[in-house]
Amino acid sequence: MHLILFFLFAGFCLAGAINLLLQSHPITSALSLIVVMTSLAVLYLLLGAEFLAIAQVIVYAGAIMVLFTFVVMLLNAGREERTMGSRSARAVGFPAVVAILAVIATVILKAQGLGVATLGEGLTDASGKTNIEELSSVLFTQLLLPFEVTSILILIAILGAVALARHGSGEPQGNRERTGK
Amino acid sequence: MTILVFFLWSLLKVAVVTVVMLLGIAYTVLLERKLVGRIQNRWGPSRVGPFGLLQPLVDGAKSFLKEDIIPTGVYRPLYLLAPILALGCALISIAVVPFGEPNVGPGGIHFFQISDINIGLLVILGVTSIGVYGIALAGWSSNNKYSLLGSLRSSAQLISYELALGLSLVGVVLQTGSLNLRVIVEKQAEKGIVTWNIFGGLQFVAFFIYLMAAFAETNRSPFDLPEAESELTGGYHTEYSSMKFAMFFMAEYGNMITVGCVATLMFLGGWTSPMGDLMPPPQNILVHAFFPIFWFVAKVFCFLFLYVWVRGTLPRFRYDQLMNFGWRYLMPLAMLNILGTSLWLAYH
Amino acid sequence: MNSIFSQEVPLSWYLLLSAALFSLGVVGFLIKRNLITVFMSIELMLNGVNLSFVTFAHQWHAVKGQIFVFFVMTVAAAEAAVGLAIIIAVFRARATLAVDRIDLMKL
Repeated sequence: MHLILFFLFAGFCLAGAINLLLQSHPITSALSLIVVMTSLAVLYLLLGAEFLAIAQVIVYAGAIMVLFTFVVMLLNAGREERTMGSRSARAVGFPAVVAILAVIATVILKAQGLGVATLGEGLTDASGKTNIEELSSVLFTQLLLPFEVTSILILIAILGAVALARHGSGEPQGNRERTGK
Repeated sequence: MTILVFFLWSLLKVAVVTVVMLLGIAYTVLLERKLVGRIQNRWGPSRVGPFGLLQPLVDGAKSFLKEDIIPTGVYRPLYLLAPILALGCALISIAVVPFGEPNVGPGGIHFFQISDINIGLLVILGVTSIGVYGIALAGWSSNNKYSLLGSLRSSAQLISYELALGLSLVGVVLQTGSLNLRVIVEKQAEKGIVTWNIFGGLQFVAFFIYLMAAFAETNRSPFDLPEAESELTGGYHTEYSSMKFAMFFMAEYGNMITVGCVATLMFLGGWTSPMGDLMPPPQNILVHAFFPIFWFVAKVFCFLFLYVWVRGTLPRFRYDQLMNFGWRYLMPLAMLNILGTSLWLAYH
Repeated sequence: MNSIFSQEVPLSWYLLLSAALFSLGVVGFLIKRNLITVFMSIELMLNGVNLSFVTFAHQWHAVKGQIFVFFVMTVAAAEAAVGLAIIIAVFRARATLAVDRIDLMKL
C-alpha cells in the first residue's frame, strides 16, 4: 500500500516539476507547482507528519500559490519569450546540476543505516501523543525564541511588502487593493 | 482481508454521503428560491410537484439539456478544469464531518463519518483553500474582463477572510485541545445547550466572526462581489453555460452546506441534543442511531435558513468596504478573541 | 495480495526524490526567462529540501526536523509576499517580466 502510494505521488511530484519547466505560460507553471505541493503533502502524510502535510496544503498551495496566481492574473503576464540569454549560466549550470545530483545520489545510496518507512508508523508516538501535540510541545518550549523571531520576520515582511507596493505607484486605486493584502 | 472490508465500507459510505449531499444541494437551492420568494412577497417555484418539491429535478434536467457553449477565446484546459475543481473541493471536505454518534456500528465501524482523523478541522480548511482555484482559474481562462475582475476579487477576498475564519476557530480548538471534529463535539455534549461552545465555551464572539467570514468564504451575499451581477454581469462564471455553470452553482451550495456543518460541529454541539442528559437516551437502537442525525440536520438547516434570510435582506458591500471590514475589524477581533480565550484558560 | 499492501519503502527513495526535485528547481531557475516562474523554481527547491527534512525526522524519530520545515514554510510565505511585491514594483517600472530585459544594473 505504502509502495503504491509512494510511487503514485512521487510520480505526480516529478511530473509536476518537469511540467513546470516545460510550460511556457506562468499560470500553467503555477498549477504544476500546486500539483507538486499537494503530492508532497501526501508524502509527508506517508512519513507520519500529519500536521506538516496539512500545513503544506494550507500555507503553500492555499496561500502562497494563490498569491502567485493572483499576481500572474493581475499583471496579465503573457507567454514567456524564449530568449537565449545567459548562455554561460546554461553552459556551466547544467553540468554542475548533473554533477551535484550525481554526488547527492551516490551519497544517499551508499549511506548505511537509513531506515524504511511503513504505513501508520510515526503517526503516534509510544507515549500516545499525536503528532501535533508532540510538535507543539517542542515548538513552544525548546524552540520558543526562534518561533517569536519568525513572527517578527513576518511583521517585517508585511511592512516591506506594503512599502514596496505603495512606493512609486501612480494610480491610487490599484494601490489600496495591494495594501489591503 | 480487513483492508478489503475497510475499502468496501468506505466506498459504501462515500456513495451514500455523496448522494445525500447532492440531494441536499438540490433542495437547498429550492429552499433558497422559496424563501427569497416569500421575503419578496411572491410564491417562488410552485408548479412542479406538490409545493414545487420536484423543481430541483427539472432544474437539473434543464441544465443537462442546454447547449454547452465554449467561447472561442478561452484557454481550454483550464476552462474545462475550473468547474470540476470547484465542485470537487466543495464535495470532498464533507468526508471528515461526523454526522452522528460514533459508537453505534458493530465491529468498530463508524457509520456516520467517512473518515475519523486527527486533523479533521484542518483538512476542511485546507480543502476550502484549494477551492479558490476553481473560481480564480474560471475567471482567468474565460478571456473576459468581467470574469477576470470577478476572479481577482474572489482570490483577494478568499485569502483575506480565510484568516479571520481560521483565527475564529482557534478559540474552540484552544478550549478542546484537539483538532479532531469528533472529540470537539463530544467535549460539548455534557449538558446540552449550556456546554455548547457558543455559550458554555464563551465563544459567541468567535461564532459571529466565523459567521461573517463564512459568508465571505462562500461568496454569498452580502459578500457576493465575485459574481456581482449588477457590476460584472456574472463575474467569474459569465462565460459558462449548461452543466459547467450548474457545477459552479452546485459548488456554491455545497460550500454553504460544508460551512454550516463546520459551524454546527464547532459552536453548536454537532449531533448532540440541546437538552443534553436532561432527556434520557432513547431505548430503541434505531432511534438511538438516527436521533443525533436529526439534530445535526436541524442545526445545519437553521444555518442555511439564516444564509437565505441574510441574502434576502442585506445589500451588497462595496469592494473597499469588504477589504476594510475583513482586515480592520474581523481579524483584530478574532485575535482579541484568541487572547481572551487563552487568558481565560490560563486563569482556570 | 497482502504482500503488495504491506510493502515498505526505503527512506533513501524519499531522499532521492527530494534531490531530484531540488535539481529540477535549479534547472528551472537557470532556463526559465520569466521572473515569476524563476521565483516558482525557488519555491520548488525549498519544497525539495523540506521533503528531505521530513524524511530525516522520520529516520531519527525527532520532531525537530518537522519543526524546521514549519519554519521554512513561514519564511517562504514572507519571502513570497516581499518577492511578489518586488515583482509588481519591477513590472510597474519596466513593464516587462522577462529577466533578460531587467538589466539596468548590468555592465
